Formats: sequence, C-alpha cells, structure tokens
Amino acid sequence: MSQPVAAVRHILIEGNKSYHNITEDLCSPTEKTPSREWIIAFSLSTVFLGLYIFAIVWTVWKGIGEWGANRSINWAWDITNFVWWIGIGHAGTLISAILLLFRQRWRTGVNRAAEAMTIFAVICAGQFPIFHMGRVWLAFFIMPFPNTRGPLWTNFNSPLLWDVFAISTYFSVSLLFWYTGLVPDLATVRDRAKGFRKKMYETFSFGWTGSAKHWQRWEALSLVLAGISTPLVLSVHTIVSFDFATSVVPGWHTTIFPPYFVAGAVFSGFAMVQTLMIITRKVLNLQEYITMNHIESMNKVIVLTGTIVGVAYLTELFISWYSGYIYEQFAFYNRVFGIYWWSYFGMMFCNVIAPQVFWSRKLRRNIWWTFFLSIIINIGMWFERFVIIATTLARDFLPSSWSYYRPTWVEISIFAGTMGLFFFCYLIFCRVAPVVAIAEVKSILKVAGDQYIGPNAKHGHGEKTHHEH
Amino acid sequence: MAAENTKVLYGLYNDEEVLKGAVKAANASHLDIMDVYTPFPVHGLDPILGLKESRLHYLGFIYGATGALFGFLAMTWIFVSDWPTMYGGKPYWSVPAFIPITFEMTVLFAAWGMTITFYTICGMWPGVKAKTLDNRITDDKFCIAFDVTNASDSTVDQLKGFFQNTHAEEVNVKTI
Repeated sequence: MSQPVAAVRHILIEGNKSYHNITEDLCSPTEKTPSREWIIAFSLSTVFLGLYIFAIVWTVWKGIGEWGANRSINWAWDITNFVWWIGIGHAGTLISAILLLFRQRWRTGVNRAAEAMTIFAVICAGQFPIFHMGRVWLAFFIMPFPNTRGPLWTNFNSPLLWDVFAISTYFSVSLLFWYTGLVPDLATVRDRAKGFRKKMYETFSFGWTGSAKHWQRWEALSLVLAGISTPLVLSVHTIVSFDFATSVVPGWHTTIFPPYFVAGAVFSGFAMVQTLMIITRKVLNLQEYITMNHIESMNKVIVLTGTIVGVAYLTELFISWYSGYIYEQFAFYNRVFGIYWWSYFGMMFCNVIAPQVFWSRKLRRNIWWTFFLSIIINIGMWFERFVIIATTLARDFLPSSWSYYRPTWVEISIFAGTMGLFFFCYLIFCRVAPVVAIAEVKSILKVAGDQYIGPNAKHGHGEKTHHEH
Repeated sequence: MAAENTKVLYGLYNDEEVLKGAVKAANASHLDIMDVYTPFPVHGLDPILGLKESRLHYLGFIYGATGALFGFLAMTWIFVSDWPTMYGGKPYWSVPAFIPITFEMTVLFAAWGMTITFYTICGMWPGVKAKTLDNRITDDKFCIAFDVTNASDSTVDQLKGFFQNTHAEEVNVKTI
C-alpha cells in the first residue's frame, strides 16, 4: 500500500473488491450455466452462421456471378465489408498494444475482449477477399512457395500481396498476444475447476504456476509484443489503403489514404468495442470492472478519431478542387452529388457530425447515447468504405461502362452471415475464458480501486486519501 | 524450475507488500528461496529476489533481424535470379516495393520466435502439468517456497520460524 496515488486518477474498479472478489466475479461467467440471454443470442448467431454457410456454398457452387458485382464495379460489397471488418479489428490492438505502451490503466478492463474482437473481426474480414477470388480451391496460389508451375511466384510488387502478408501476420501476432495474456487467467480458472473442466483448462493453461521469473518473462514478452504490434497495426491499414492508393483511379490515387484509413479504423473499432462492452458488462454483470470511466475514455478516443476522419474528408474535397485536375474534381463531385449521394451524406452525418455530441461530458457518460452512437458509427464507417469503392467504380474512365450497383441476396446474406460468425465466436469466448483480464485487473487494484482512491477511500494512505472531497 | 520430487516448504501471504517484506527478511537472514509465486506480476519483487532482467528482448531483436533478412533476400533471389519478371516497367530489384513485406516478415519472425522461446524456457506447453503448490496462488495468495528435499530438521525449523516472524497465513509442506 505504498504506491503514491495522484488525486486525478480515475476509479477503475468499483465495489470495494478484494483480490478474491475479482477472481470470483471474473471467473463466474465461465462457471455458471449459460443465462437465457446468452442462449437466445447464441441461437440467433448460429442461425446467421448457417445463413453464411449457405450463401458461401451457393457462391462457390454457382460462381461469383451470383453477386451484384460486375465488370466495372468489380469491388463492391465484398471489399467494402472486408475493409469494414479489418478496421473494426484495429481497436483491439490499439487498446492492448498502444495503450500498454502509454501505460493507460483503463485498458485492463477492456483489453481482453477487445483483442478477442480483433481476432474474430479479422477472421470475418478474411472471408471476403478469399471468396472473391472465385476459384477458392486455388486460394493457396497467393502464398509464395516453390512449386511445379514454373516455379510461378507471386508478385511481390503488388499491394494485394502485401495485404496477404500484412493480414496473415496481423492475425497470427494478435492471436499470440491475446493467448499469452490469457494463459495466467486460464490457470486461475483451472485452479478453481474440477473434473473434465480441470483437465481442459490444464491443457489450455500450459502448466502455468505464477512463478516470479515466469511473470517477469511474461511482462517482457507482452511489452515487446506490444511494441511490435503498434507499427504492425498501423502498417495493416496502411497497406489496406495501398490497395486503393497505388492504383491510378481518380479518387483512390491519393496520399492521404494511409493516415485517413488508420484513423477511420480506430474510430470504427472503438465504436464496435463500445457496442460489445455495453452489452457484455450488462449481461455478465461486470459494471464494476468496465465502469463509466472506461466508457468515457473510449468516447474520448471516438470523438478524436471521428474528427480526424472529418478533417480527412474535407481535405480530400479541398485537394481535388485545388489540384485543378478535372478528372479528380469529377471523381469527388460524383462522390458527393452523384448517384450514390445518399451514402456520402450518410457517411458525413454518422462519422463526422454525430460523434461531436461527445464533447459533452454528460453525453460521454450516458450509456444509451453511447450505445446508440456506437451503432450509428458502425453504419457510418460501412458507408465510408462503400462510398470510396462503389461510387468511384460506378463512374470510371469510360462512360459506356458506367453502371449502377446493387447487392444481391447472396451478398447481403454473406455480410449478415459474417455477423453471425463474429458473434458465434465471441459468445463462445465469453463462456470459456474470462472476458476481463483477471491478473491485470488485480495488478491495478491498489491504484484504481474505489477503496484506495476517490471520495470513498477507506484504506489509509495518510495524506494521499481524499476524505474531505 | 525445480527438479522432480522436490519437497517444498511454503508459506502463503495475503498481501504483496507483506510478501515483499518477507523476501527482504529472507535475504537478510541468507535463506535460499526456491521460488516465489504470485497471482499477478508484483512490481518491485524482481530486484529484491535478485532476478536479472529477462534477455528475451535481445532474442526478439535477433529473430526480427532474421525475418527481415529472410523476407528481403527471398524476394531478391526470386525476382532477380530465379524467375525475373517485368512488372509495369519497374526494375527487377524494386527495393521500395519490398519494404512492406520485409517489415511484415520482421514482425512475424520476432513475435513467433519470442513466444515460442518464452514457452520453451518456462517449460510451458499444452499437456504440461502445473506444479501447483496451492490452488489459491492463482487467486489471492502470495507464496514463498523453499526446497527442503535434503534439509535437516533444524533448517526446517528455522524456515518455519521465518514464516511465523514474517506473518505468513499458512505454512505447508508438499512434494512436487
């Protein structure tokens, strides 16, 4: 109890918790029989997962002619959804890696679930480019390996191949980071379990004992993984933006894309974290661990990144006008006032105007507003990718190829189906692993627990307590 | 890690500050601590236990450098010597275009290399049975363990006295 605590520290753990209370509260969702809400949610996601499988089998069986994508709008819902899901994944790495480097304590309440979200979102994202290949049974051609076809190597100059490397690296590194963080907590569950569950968690926890040397190495590993995940996550969305920026299509060929995509990714990812966390904390009864302070911190990130995205939208418009290049000017005129004008205004409203309400502290700390806006932002960020992709291709160089795109039921089912896939994975995760990092929450208890800091602090810190406030 | 069939005398503490005090007391009376087990990483414990900083990050650097070299040289060999192909009039050895993949390979090798090394040197893999002294160590107990396999009765008594003086909540013996 000797750590100095500044008066400005937020309370991040409420309810006068002891270490044992933390273990009880955070392990119990994996030990109780599933609640009715969980069963309903799980059944619903299984139905959507079934829809996904059906639509994918349909696509593979009949070919991607079943999609609404056509010769000129050859990237449409699929790539929109791909970029949307990848963007969502970015918040998990931001919370777990960048906030670890910045020593932000509030990350401990939400990092585990956000990292899980990253992994499931990347799985969903991967489906789209893979099935867009058409002959998906030849998908392994994208990996460079010595083969009997020449050997025919992949094109290392292509941003699409960079994407293959970026996303597979991102997925596997996120998985390692997440699982290594999970091992001590799985050991906690193991030491409470009996019978078959004990056997299962013995296997999953790799024989963790909590030895001081192991903890030291574990912290060293986490810090380096955080250090390399930080440029990794920035590189992933940068490379996704290169898919567009390195092309010669007006409206895509812009140098602002990498930072603009990364900010957008963090923005949409935090919105998804809010959506998930607000439901999770309620259903699993974790309000004392994922507090209003956590939600407010995330809303601050949302208003910041939303504003960055807004500046990027306006910069794009300004630069296209300022360039004096009529094709560029047309591309942006078409984006705002063309056939898909409604998606442009939807994007502007949802991403730039709506999040500005979070300048108000009262609204940042309002659950319903936060939840409502997180949904709005998820929709807005989907519109953003649709605007960039479909609007641009619908009016390309050759007016005779100009066309309009609308999705078929197959594409809509695949997209809705990936939601099923995502929530299917997330709900299983909620049942088998602690959704809040137990060991990390314990390690901040004495500097962020409400019995140690804040107006109701009971445990004496001498001059550092603030009974008088 | 301890060898097979080690007889361990261990004491459990309720708080990490009491634990740190006990470790300091053990140092003062030159007791040879086998290991300390905690439910979460206790800061400030490593120096008083005499644990040197982990060298894992040096290995991380070596793995990362290996990945960078491997990625860059593989692309160079493929595009310059094995199967030179002209893409868009660019040179065969188009170095700037190799940067993204070189970077990804650096991260990939560093992350996998370090993680595999971490589990190997800690002796942790799926199927390894944990040498757990007490189930509450992953919950809320902080444990100091002494190896008493070959210890005389007087040494054991001395250690028990140490636990009593440092306010251990429980003292037990277990063979792991």
